[in-house]
Amino acid sequence: MRKTIAFVATGLIATPAVAGEMTVNVEIPRLRVAEYHKPYVAVWVENEAGQAVANLKVWYDVDMRNAEGTKWLPDMRTWWRRTGRTLKMPVNGVSGPTQGPGRYALKFRDGVQPLGRLAPGAYKLRIEAAREVGGREALAIPFQWPPRGTQTGSAQGQSELGAVSLILKP
Amino acid sequence: MFARASLIAAGLAIGLGAFMSTPAEAHRRWLLPSMTVFAGDEATASVDAAVSNQLFVFEHHALALDNLTITGPDGQPVQPTIIGSGKYRSTFDVPLKKQGTYRIALTSEGLMGFYELNGQRQRWRGTRGEISKIPAGATNVQINESISRTETFVSLGTPNDTALKPTGRGVEMIPVTHPTDLVAGEQAVMRFLFDGQPAAGLEIEFVEGGTRYRDNDGAQKLTTDAKGEVTLNVEDAGMYYLETTKSVDGQNGQPGRRASYTGVLEFLPS
Repeated sequence: MRKTIAFVATGLIATPAVAGEMTVNVEIPRLRVAEYHKPYVAVWVENEAGQAVANLKVWYDVDMRNAEGTKWLPDMRTWWRRTGRTLKMPVNGVSGPTQGPGRYALKFRDGVQPLGRLAPGAYKLRIEAAREVGGREALAIPFQWPPRGTQTGSAQGQSELGAVSLILKP
Repeated sequence: MFARASLIAAGLAIGLGAFMSTPAEAHRRWLLPSMTVFAGDEATASVDAAVSNQLFVFEHHALALDNLTITGPDGQPVQPTIIGSGKYRSTFDVPLKKQGTYRIALTSEGLMGFYELNGQRQRWRGTRGEISKIPAGATNVQINESISRTETFVSLGTPNDTALKPTGRGVEMIPVTHPTDLVAGEQAVMRFLFDGQPAAGLEIEFVEGGTRYRDNDGAQKLTTDAKGEVTLNVEDAGMYYLETTKSVDGQNGQPGRRASYTGVLEFLPS
């Protein structure tokens, strides 16, 4: 009897546990401007209805006195409207300090926060950047979850973001 | 000082209103917030209050802040910090300490008019209770009640609806689409009430700011449907001004009524 229960339980866990790994490569371009501030960047996953289902990364001025860095979060206005305004910042495992020009690889695992467990379906990876005394740009890369084999997608920013790519592995 | 100026202005508006049925004579009254979307545990919205022709240029006179009412996300009043009034604008700060939506309103109510006594035309101003104090020998008594509301909305964090509940007096705009969640390219629906009831057939003038930099102010003329609703369509992001007036003729010895509403809404880029 005990053995049976153990077997069933294992089966339940094993079936939905579709392992998946997501790598988001984000390039922040070097800009020749009089006054440069590192951009605020948000990376999140939204479903087909446009609802945010996972906040993956928010780079902002986390260390300013009196949490003043939160003041400019709405400049990432799509993220703010879809999910940002409902969050109490900082969010553990999601928020981090702003980053200067360069390429960044962000890895997320299925079933592990902040990605959590996505139901099978169609999604969009969203990346939005806004810079103080600068501009704002938002990109999207559609993808299917869970990935069947290695899948890649990319988008090219024109102003506040450079090349952005998404690599999914089972 | 400013209270007096505004009363005189209101008096002129009613005087004109008595002879002209069109609401187009008025200057535009507005409360312009620095922004409508705020973040963090606390923030400050800074607001200009002015009467002008050009939107949103302070070029006519400052709005008095005597009847400034700010309703917070919990429905409780919020105390503003009054910075002061210059020749062309008044300015105040609204401390945003609770998450949600704030309704910022300037309201005025009053009765005004004229009567003749012994061949002399007399100006009258007062409350409903004071109408009976008009001398018994007065003739050609023309009294109108004026009720006006000028407002705007801001949110800290997640918007909510508590402050948007109707007061049931005069003309009010009750947003169907949240007034701090407006985006160019998306339709926004606003419902208008008169004394708390849907106001069908109201003419709404809807104008984008920046009129000074255009040959034509591009005002959209809209009419509320049976539910008192209009749909606002905006191509360009920016601050927008909206205005309407409802007039009811006096009858059976009751004064006529003129209720006006002006509001400022911000549409963000998509």
